[in-house]
Amino acid sequence: MVGYLLLALIALSLVSYFFGRRRAIATVGGRQHDLHSRPSYHGAFVAAWVGIPAILLVLIWLFLQGAVIDRLLLWSLPPGTTDGWDSGQINLLLSQIKSVAAGHIFGEPSQTVMMAAERYKEWQWIARLAMVAAAFSVAVVGFWIAGARIAPAFRARHGTERVMSGLMIVCSLIAIFTTLGIVLSLLFEALRFFDRVSPLEFFFGLRWEPQIPIREGQVTAGGAFGAIPVFTGTLLIALIAMAVATPVGLYSAVYLTEYAHPKIRAVIKPVLELLAGIPTVVYGFFAVLVVAPSLRTFGETIGVPIAPNSALAAGAVMGIMIIPFISSLSDDAISAVPRAMRDGSYAMGATKGETITKVLLPAALPGIMGGVLLAVSRAIGETMIVVMAAGIIASLTANPLEPVTTVTVQIVTLLIGDVEFDNPKTLAAFALGLVLFVATLGLNVLALHIVRKYREQYE
Amino acid sequence: MSEAQAINRRGALDWASKSAQRRVRRRYAADWRLQAYGIVAIAFAIGLLGILLASVVVNGYPAFVQTKLDLELYIDPSKVKPEDPAKGNYRAIVKSSLASLFPGVTDDKQKADLGKILTSDAAYIVRDYVVDHPEVIGKRITLPIAVSDSFDQLYKGVIPKEVDALSITQERWFERLLNRGVVVEADGRTDLKLDVYIDPAKIEAGPPPTGDFAALARNGLQAYLPTVHDTGLFTMLADDAPEAIQQRVAADPSLIGKTVQVLLPVSEPYQVLAKGETPTVPNPRFAPGQIKAFESLVERGMVRTPFNWELFFNADSRFPERAGLAGAIAGSFYALLVCFLLSFPIGIAAAVYLEEFAPKNRLTDLIEVNINNLAAVPSVVFGLLGLAVFLGFFGLPRSAPLVGGMVLSLMTLPTIIIATRAALKAVPPSIREAALGVGASKHQVMLHHVLPLAMPGILTGTIIGMAQALGETAPLLLIGMNAFIPSVENVGLLEPATALPTQIFSWADSPERGFVSRTSAAILVLLGFLVIMNIIAIALRHKFERKW
Repeated sequence: MVGYLLLALIALSLVSYFFGRRRAIATVGGRQHDLHSRPSYHGAFVAAWVGIPAILLVLIWLFLQGAVIDRLLLWSLPPGTTDGWDSGQINLLLSQIKSVAAGHIFGEPSQTVMMAAERYKEWQWIARLAMVAAAFSVAVVGFWIAGARIAPAFRARHGTERVMSGLMIVCSLIAIFTTLGIVLSLLFEALRFFDRVSPLEFFFGLRWEPQIPIREGQVTAGGAFGAIPVFTGTLLIALIAMAVATPVGLYSAVYLTEYAHPKIRAVIKPVLELLAGIPTVVYGFFAVLVVAPSLRTFGETIGVPIAPNSALAAGAVMGIMIIPFISSLSDDAISAVPRAMRDGSYAMGATKGETITKVLLPAALPGIMGGVLLAVSRAIGETMIVVMAAGIIASLTANPLEPVTTVTVQIVTLLIGDVEFDNPKTLAAFALGLVLFVATLGLNVLALHIVRKYREQYE
Repeated sequence: MSEAQAINRRGALDWASKSAQRRVRRRYAADWRLQAYGIVAIAFAIGLLGILLASVVVNGYPAFVQTKLDLELYIDPSKVKPEDPAKGNYRAIVKSSLASLFPGVTDDKQKADLGKILTSDAAYIVRDYVVDHPEVIGKRITLPIAVSDSFDQLYKGVIPKEVDALSITQERWFERLLNRGVVVEADGRTDLKLDVYIDPAKIEAGPPPTGDFAALARNGLQAYLPTVHDTGLFTMLADDAPEAIQQRVAADPSLIGKTVQVLLPVSEPYQVLAKGETPTVPNPRFAPGQIKAFESLVERGMVRTPFNWELFFNADSRFPERAGLAGAIAGSFYALLVCFLLSFPIGIAAAVYLEEFAPKNRLTDLIEVNINNLAAVPSVVFGLLGLAVFLGFFGLPRSAPLVGGMVLSLMTLPTIIIATRAALKAVPPSIREAALGVGASKHQVMLHHVLPLAMPGILTGTIIGMAQALGETAPLLLIGMNAFIPSVENVGLLEPATALPTQIFSWADSPERGFVSRTSAAILVLLGFLVIMNIIAIALRHKFERKW
């Protein structure tokens, strides 16, 4: 319905483009040289006036309609119905009314609900009609205003370009809005979480058992939100990943920049980058299907019990995923070392290996450090590998052979399935998300700062 | 010769001296080692990539064929009304057809076991066929019907007909007994020569002696393997082992309260093991008789493995043999469509503004910092954003491809913006200056000259961004785009849907053996799409790349 309305508005806007063009040509009797702007600019000007306000109106209408109708519905209920209810009960009533209105009747809804559902259907119908009418009248008004301005001397190109610039600025602002949206939504939900659970408990508590009872009488653990075991698990897995990825990535970068024949480099480098292009869910499956069982068998043969979802398996596979990051960032850092330093070292009689270890790597160290930090932030934020291969239960251990859980695993397990925003369980996921966002952002800013500072030294 | 002597009086190094040569050798060895480490590191990374791909291919290729049984069915008009074929009793039709294949089977339990050779959806396959071809009512038709997962895996050789009867640990226990010389062989029979304490607390003297002789035998065996705490150990003793003790005690009641050496027979699998063979038992997955019946069908030439088109054209199912990717592909398609429609124009507009029009001020600096940081935000955080803002605040429907596409477009925007800016930068200023020189406005320069020249680069970046979005899983999980979609009929922008990566995630979580190969096959399909997208991107770059 809304889709068709938007399509109709776009079509209308197209039609008015051609109208504007023809009208502009007609005003000068076909002598296009007499127009200040080319006819298509007149067309585009009219089209913008017809399309943009109407579509904006529809979008704003859609965002507000639901809330307005809900409010109206609550007002229209017999007085006293919702006295003393909390927001959860009110939402439940509203969703009951809506499902009755949609024709899904479960059990025997009360008379009030049935009547409210009738009203709801009616009002929605009115709202829809009103929206269509409003959108078309705005389009017509826009058409009338813009169409009236078509004249030989009218500077349609300037108008059109102003509209285009405006649109482009709005598009660029989306990046800011996204960041704002992330920060605000995480902050808002996290603050609601800290209303119920003290930040002290969250940041310093040692027990993480978020499975609090949802229904009354359900038997679960008490519900503890001490996130320390989750954080240590994340760090443990990230550490294992870095222990795999750093040496492999660094040595391969050294080999590719300094030793490899350019032809070999041209083949090997894209193959290594393939590792970064494989979706993480594939790595997760690989960890579950191949790595974890083989680690387990290996453990059995040497007599060490390894859990099927050990931190080692998840971390090692994550390390494989991160190799290309480290290798390409170190590659950049090593290649950025000025030629003069390399030549100077050779002139002193150093071997290639000595040049690398004594001159290039120390000089490239800030760049490499930056790359490693970026990779750490990747490892902390990586989700699918750990969701599939790591544990769910938070345990405070540094033993890589035991299962641990991570921040991302907890976010996903807490939010999979139906979500109620009033539940501390749900809100806890947002608090974890906030920590994750701040941590990765901090690492990134730090890494970029290091890289930039170091680059300036050589430029 | 010491180091000091290597340097002669004039301060020059004697390169011919042995120590100098050794030092040079050592230095070059270090150089060579560094190179070797590099090669090992690259081999490690590429080897793992190879193992990953190989394991997916090896596990996944069997899922591209499906074991099917060519079943001859009589569409009985008494069971299917021609006027309403959708409501026929197809279960009975399939049942009677199967029964006619095995006339000897009369037992209900066995009949039910035979029915389990076919997929549980068999009746629906027949129904769908008859609804599409109502003229077959009253006729005999032959339909290929998928066999159930276990038989599919059996026919493909993924799971064995027989499994090892003993675990490695059980074999190891036996080995320890062998090493201690407890195992004796006589008359082609294997016994354990154990010291058994005839516990007076457990045995009544009789005659005949009664009591828990089995416990005595168990205690006797346990005494030889005191570190094993596993009741699985006692399956090593044959069922008649207690009798052996009983007979000894019956022959000599004075043994009660003493420790005697008894020959206890071992159970059947261990008898086989003692002969140096590997003991097997029929795979417990199958009911007795099922494998035989299936093999007779194979012998009659009714079982085929045609290409598994259902993998692409069926929607999801609880039964691996019927599960396909159509729903996931459709969901991914819609989500990517939304993602493209949003992020492509917005990304280009933002990039053009920032690169060509924006004044250098606080606001544009802020935008740039934001874009760079967004590119590094973990994907799961975008899922949280989608959940809180699109679902929680705007009240958009859960699991909908529209929301999935919107979240993915926020993630691909930075990629597209960065790629577009690089492409715009690569267009030389002379083009802009020439266009400005003939009187074009800034916007005209952009629209008519710079943007068309930058388009190949922009498209390449966009396709790579789309490929990333196609493989993205975590944000889709959070907004619920992992719904179970058993039919492809209601797929739409606002209907619940699933996507390829989330389908892989759900299948990987399913316990049935058949889903392991389906998951791998789905991964192959996903990787196939990614490869195609990347090849298009590379081809675009090669075809239109210009050196200015």
